[in-house]
Amino acid sequence: MSQTTLPTVAPERADGPSIGETTDLLVTDRRTRTPGSVLRRVLIAVWLPIVLLVLWWFLSASSTSPFFPPLSRILEEWWNQWVIGDAKFQLASSLRNLLFGYVGGAAIGLVFGTLLWRFPPMRRVSNPIVYFLYVLPAPALLPAMIALFGIGELRQIALISFGAIWPTLLNTLDGMRGIDQVKFDTARAMKLSPPRVLFSLVLPGAGPQIAAGLRASLQTSIILMVVTEMVAAKEGIGYFILQAQTVFAVTTMWTGILTLAIIGTVANYLFVLIERFVLRWYYRSRALGNS
Amino acid sequence: MSQSTVSPTPSAESRAAGSEVLSVEGLRKIYNEGKPQAKTAIDDVSFSVTKGEFVCIVGPSGAGKTTLLRCISGLAKPSSGKLAFEGAPLTAVPDQLGLVFQDYGRSLYPWFTNAKNVGLPLAARGVPKAQRTRRVSEILASVGLGHVEKQYPWELSGGMQQRVAIARALSYQPDLLLMDEPFASVDAQTRFDLEDLILSVRRDLGITVVLVTHDIDEAIYLSDRIVVLSGSPSRVREVVDVPLGRQREQVATRASDEFLGLRRHLLDLVMPHAPHAA
Ligand SMILES: Nc1ncnc2c1ncn2[C@@H]1O[C@H](COP(=O)(O)OP(=O)(O)OP(=O)(O)O)[C@@H](O)[C@H]1O
Ligand SMILES: [Mg+2]
Repeated sequence: MSQTTLPTVAPERADGPSIGETTDLLVTDRRTRTPGSVLRRVLIAVWLPIVLLVLWWFLSASSTSPFFPPLSRILEEWWNQWVIGDAKFQLASSLRNLLFGYVGGAAIGLVFGTLLWRFPPMRRVSNPIVYFLYVLPAPALLPAMIALFGIGELRQIALISFGAIWPTLLNTLDGMRGIDQVKFDTARAMKLSPPRVLFSLVLPGAGPQIAAGLRASLQTSIILMVVTEMVAAKEGIGYFILQAQTVFAVTTMWTGILTLAIIGTVANYLFVLIERFVLRWYYRSRALGNS
Repeated sequence: MSQSTVSPTPSAESRAAGSEVLSVEGLRKIYNEGKPQAKTAIDDVSFSVTKGEFVCIVGPSGAGKTTLLRCISGLAKPSSGKLAFEGAPLTAVPDQLGLVFQDYGRSLYPWFTNAKNVGLPLAARGVPKAQRTRRVSEILASVGLGHVEKQYPWELSGGMQQRVAIARALSYQPDLLLMDEPFASVDAQTRFDLEDLILSVRRDLGITVVLVTHDIDEAIYLSDRIVVLSGSPSRVREVVDVPLGRQREQVATRASDEFLGLRRHLLDLVMPHAPHAA
């Protein structure tokens, strides 16, 4: 690997701790996918969460603490609030902001990461700025964002985008810089045009690390989604949680947290599914190399 | 600048036959020129290759063979000297040049299937899809690979991967095939197979081949002429004709007296302690 001047946010896929490990059961190498082994993988992945849920259920069953209501009551309230009630509109608002913010930020990160890779002078000039913006905690910009964009959802989307840019940008840049020079020589020998070099070599070659960046950006986006909804907002899950807490509707607050957990889990699983599909060459070749 | 020991005289027979495909004159390559860490990789190399010839370049490890190949393929800019491909000065990689790199694992694109890898230069040349598919199957068959189109390079053995790389370089029917130690990372048996493959491809397609190797036996077995390089920074020590004829056979050819005679001569040239005229 070439040395980099910019920090890498997510570790390289090759040896980094992977959240994907728990999601391996979704997409595994075809050769090892027999009904028995799938069942075993599913069981290994879910036994602990199930045990914890069961524990929570029974330990909280007779709870009288106002802060920790019984799980059964939380679930009941969740159904009333989020399925029957109006809370789902908060969900719609949150998801819309998350989607626009994440997609916008990731796209900007991808494009500018590629540009910085392609034009080294630009990289040298922007290096300190990128680093500065990357280490800056995005929530600190909330007041500035309110001044810039008002208190509407544009501000929320802008802040989510801002936070989502950096992991994708830095990983894109680093992934592209790590591509073997021989592959570029090969491209020149084959007389590939610049667009072809981009789409046949640079993007797929940096693909695994771009995916790592995109995933880190997704996690940042979810955090920022909640944070922006907790400050000067009128809707969203974060607003819902805060609102419930201020009127001491603790059970209702817990349903909001539960919903957030579900969003995070579903988003992550969706991401892994898509990633495993798009980068199946990578995961299959690695599985082959390791066996 | 002094001249190389033996001026590369063309072998009369092959020279009479055809035109010059490649000519290298006074090539010199200095890495990081003008900086303190400047490194002369190639000192002074001249030779030429005629149409239909098989020329091997031998030199010890680190002699600058890969550098030489990168220069004559247009991938690297020489520091000085004249390079010409089919009579025209060489500025970029010529259209009619096929390249096979030292390490197939680094030059094949693991995210594409074998068919897509082989078809890539065809796509870059605007060959329509249907014609491309046909040509890819044809060329894969001609390097002895049937039905690997849908597989990925990393699903194949090393020897098969190098065949894919060779197929890719041949897919657009180049006039000159340049190979950088193409058989260095496969086992001995596969190596013999690949050597015979490249000889038969060359016979069938009438292609000109320049192959870099550090294996003297391989050079003699394959080539019509051998350009012997000195150690780093490289110069041409001698250009040796190999009058073994077109038909070669692993066991018989390698055991023949001519072969052994050439082998002794070449060993004398490359052994570091061997006396040689300065
Ligand atoms: N990009 C580069 N920058 C600086 N020096 C280089 C570069 N590439 C090669 N060299 C140097 O040039 C010399 C020749 O290298 P080269 O790779 O051409 O040798 P080679 O004959 O192909 O070696 P091998 O047998 O190991 O393949 C080496 O000393 C190497 O360190
Ligand atoms: Mg080399």
